[in-house]
This record gives sequence, C-alpha cells and structure tokens, in this order.
Amino acid sequence: MPQDDLSIPSSRRAVFDANLVAFRTLLLKEIRRFLRIWPQTLIPPAISMALYFAIFGAIIGRRIGEMAGFDYMEFIVPGLIMMSVITNAYANVSASFFSAKFQKSIEALMVSPTPNSVMLAGFVAGGVARGLAVAAIVTVMAAFFVEIRIHNWFVTLGMLLLTAIVFSLAGFLNGLFADKFDDISIIPAFVLTPLTYLGGVFYALELLPDFWRTLSYFNPIVYVVSSFRYGFFGYSGDVPVAASFLAVAAFAGVFWGLSLWFLNRGIGLRT
Amino acid sequence: MTEPKALSIHGLKKVYAGGFEALKGIDLTVEQGDFFALLGPNGAGKSTTIGIICSLVVKTAGAVEIFGIDIDRDFAAAKRLIGVVPQEFNFSIFERVGDIVETQAGFYGLRHEQAARQTEKYLRKLGLWDKRNEQARHLSGGMKRRLMIARALVHEPRLLILDEPTAGVDIEIRRSMWSFLREMNEAGTTIILTTHYLEEAESLCRNIAIIDHGEIVENTTMRALLQQLSTETLVLDLAEPLTEAPELAPYGVRRIEPTRLEVDIAREQDLNEVFQRLDAVGIRVRSMRNKSNRLEQLFVALTQSEGSAETLVHAAG
Repeated sequence: MPQDDLSIPSSRRAVFDANLVAFRTLLLKEIRRFLRIWPQTLIPPAISMALYFAIFGAIIGRRIGEMAGFDYMEFIVPGLIMMSVITNAYANVSASFFSAKFQKSIEALMVSPTPNSVMLAGFVAGGVARGLAVAAIVTVMAAFFVEIRIHNWFVTLGMLLLTAIVFSLAGFLNGLFADKFDDISIIPAFVLTPLTYLGGVFYALELLPDFWRTLSYFNPIVYVVSSFRYGFFGYSGDVPVAASFLAVAAFAGVFWGLSLWFLNRGIGLRT
Repeated sequence: MTEPKALSIHGLKKVYAGGFEALKGIDLTVEQGDFFALLGPNGAGKSTTIGIICSLVVKTAGAVEIFGIDIDRDFAAAKRLIGVVPQEFNFSIFERVGDIVETQAGFYGLRHEQAARQTEKYLRKLGLWDKRNEQARHLSGGMKRRLMIARALVHEPRLLILDEPTAGVDIEIRRSMWSFLREMNEAGTTIILTTHYLEEAESLCRNIAIIDHGEIVENTTMRALLQQLSTETLVLDLAEPLTEAPELAPYGVRRIEPTRLEVDIAREQDLNEVFQRLDAVGIRVRSMRNKSNRLEQLFVALTQSEGSAETLVHAAG
C-alpha cells in the first residue's frame, strides 16, 4: 500500500471539511490567477475610471452642474463603481472558466472528488473577489475627485456583493457554453456594455422621455445601479430598493440553479 | 469476504451525441495490485473507458466499481481512490510547478500543511523539486509528463491510470519512468496503462486487455497472450556478406541485406540447430535480435487493422 494513509473521509463532517478545503483551494487559485495578470485585470479598470472621472466628471461635469440634486461628479461615482464590478466579475469567471476548459486544466478539478456545487462556488467566489478588488481600486480613485460618503452601509455592501455574485454566475454560464474565445466577448460587447451604459450610470432616469424611461425599467442594471446609488446618497429615483434587492437575489438563485443543473448533467463540460 | 476488484466494469456502453458507439457493452476487471495494460488502436475506446472511470465522460449504460464503490452511488468516494495521468498536458502552463501539484492536493481535501508535504514528496521523487517555483511552460516535455504523474499521485491514490504516459519522451526518460512505475506498483498501487509502445506494455504489465471498435477482443495474462505466438522472426547480422540466402529448411530464411538474414523459428524448434547449420555452411553470426516486438505481432493479429498496425509499428520504432 502507499506509505501515507490519506483515507476517505468517513463522516459527513469530514466530507464537508474536505469540500471546504477544495473551495478555498479553488478560490486561492482564482485569486492567484487575476493577481498574476494584474496589468490585464486590475490596472485597466483603474485607468478607465480615472478617465471617466477626469472627462465626465471634472471637464464635462462642471458644465452639467447638478444631476438629481447632486454634484454630477458625485452622482456618477456609484454607477462607475458598479460598472467596474459588473464587467470584472463577469470577465473573470467567463475567461478563467473557458480558459480552463480550453486548455483542459478543468479536468484536474473534474477528476477530483470536488462536488459541482463547490466547483461553481469556487469560480464564482473568484469572480466576486476580483469584482470587490476592482471596486476598492475604483473607490480609492474616486476619493481623489469627490468625497465618498455612505448613506446606508448594508445596502451599499449588500448590493455590491449580490451584483458581483449575479454577474460572476452569468460569466460562468457564458464560459460553460463557449466553444471559442470569441464566444466570451460577444455578450460583454453586445449585451453587457449597452445595458450598463443605458443603466443610469451617467444620468438620472427622470431626464429621459417617457418612452425611454419606461423601456429603461426593463434593464436589470438600472435596479442595480439605482439601489447602489441609494446606498451612497439615500437617493434611488423611483426605483424601489427593497424590490431591487429581491430581484437581484432572485437572479442569483436562478443563475446558480441553472449553472448547477447544467454541471450535474455534464452539459458544456462532459461529453 | 472476497477482496473487491480495483476496477470492475460491467456492460459499459457509450454512444456519443452524433450516434457514434464508442463502447459496445464492455466487461473488464482489474485485480488489486495489478499492473494492467489496456491496448487498442486509435479510436478503439481506450480513452472513452478511462474518461468514464474518471468522470470526464458520461456513460450511456453499464456499471463501474472502484474498489467495490459504485460510481453511480458515490462517485466522490470512488474518485478519491483514483489518480489519472491523461494523454495530453492539461495544466495551466502559466502556473508554478509547485502550485499545480499543491492545488490538486487541495482539490482532494488535503489541508495546506499536508498538501505542501505531499507536494514536496512527489516533486522530489520525480526530480522536479528544483523546478517548483518555475512556471510550467519552462519545463521540457519529459518534465511536463513527470509533473502530471506527481500531480496524479499527490493524494496517494490506490489506482493509478496512465493514458499514454510516455508518448513523446525520449528513451532515457521513458526507462526511468518505467522504473518509477514499477516501484509504485511494488508498493501496492494498482496501475492501469494505455500505451502505443507495445514494448512498454510487455515490459511492465502482468495482465492485458485489447480493445477494438468498442469491444474487448482479448483479456488475459501477458504470459498467456505471448504464448499464443507460434513463430518468432530473428534478425541475424553476419560477419561476411552473402550473395543469396542459404537453404535451411524447415526454417524460413530471407536475405535482407548482404550481411543480414531473417530466420523464422517456430516455438518448438531449436535455435542451436539453426546456428549449427549456419556454421556448417560457413556463415558466422555477429549479433542477433528479435525482428519486432512480439506483442505487436499479436496485437496486429487481434485487431486485424492494417492502418492501426502501421501506426503502431511506427510508434513502437
């Protein structure tokens, strides 16, 4: 027999502990990945946000004056933070998971006893970690331009976390069904970016004509950005914060259930 | 109570989405402690079989047990007993060698200190400890193979499955890997090997199954299989050139080159007589070897596929 006895966990508690170790291992691996390529993952959002603050805030913002009763530069801060979280959480999971599939390194995880739920949680936690890291960077950048004040910590952090989870799960689903690298850039380019820019990051919805304003309420990012802004200023326009929370949580539940259902059936991963 | 088999497969079928039937209901057992060869031409179903055992491929029908654990009942427990070395490199080339192995240990639930200890143990055993802080892309082909073996062993599996482990590595590394695998097997690890190098299977394995077109066409001991060979062909290198082959009936003799003969000898025939008769006609033999791997001849006969045989001859060369 082999010299070291690394026996099968015999109790439910031991299995749970082993799964916890697997989750932490995958999360650390994901964090190592985005830190290793920090010029691609952490610097670009900082540069983009600095440009947004400089151009839309400092240069154009002065001419705009106030938006919904707030200084324009201050108004766009929550939206810009949320925009970075959405794009980075999504991109981290879709790129990491698809790359692992593409170079078959995912097989190392698949042959291990790690349950699908732990695998999913590990990738999503990696996306959340990058989303939060970028949020912190962008917030620090913003602090150079405006005074950051938080009206409701629970709403701010809760929405930040839920949004990172939802878009990490969406990125996972994209990575699961992608066959080539193009497939993980189509949704960010043609769906996420337009929805984010039209999601009330740069303007208050009440500025829009009725038709466009009504249409905007079908954009889920409107609820995310408005609720997050509420966390900063106590202002969310006519978007109900509690309902937004429930809606985002429901999206997280649906995306989690779908991802796990696909994984358990081997769809997109096993032949 | 009888000891469970290391691997027990019953009626295993796999039909891929396009309708291709890769496995047609195979049965296979591997005893604990065995060194087992699973051979077959390209596309025969070897990798599909291994893929199902390791959960990379979803089976269509049939049952698989690992040390008595049904994969349909508790796949996680079964997977803890298996280590897999796939045919293709399947690690991130940008990760550090030590991280690749330690991460795998974590996936099996080994805590950090234990994972680090196991990583050191197997990186040292496989001569990669000095490379632990290098990115995997800087390793040579042979080192990458050894890295995959270290990764597969880090959780001390009782069943090690190697899919073409020595493909593309030079003969020296191949021999050192054979030696390592023999040690692992002697220490109690059951090993299943697929390979194109039939010499490898003949040298290492005690039992063998040959799979072709999704069916097991032979499943026996290596010794019994090789005894099926009725004749062997020997290649003789001569001291002096000949203009034609000598008459040595009942032995079949062919002149291949002026200083090289091929002689067919049946198992019941006597090699001494061949040399006496060559000596009698003044032919001196400098050296002698088997024309080809004996297992290869059987393999070709069993799979009856010229294309496959050709592939194997080249690969074995």
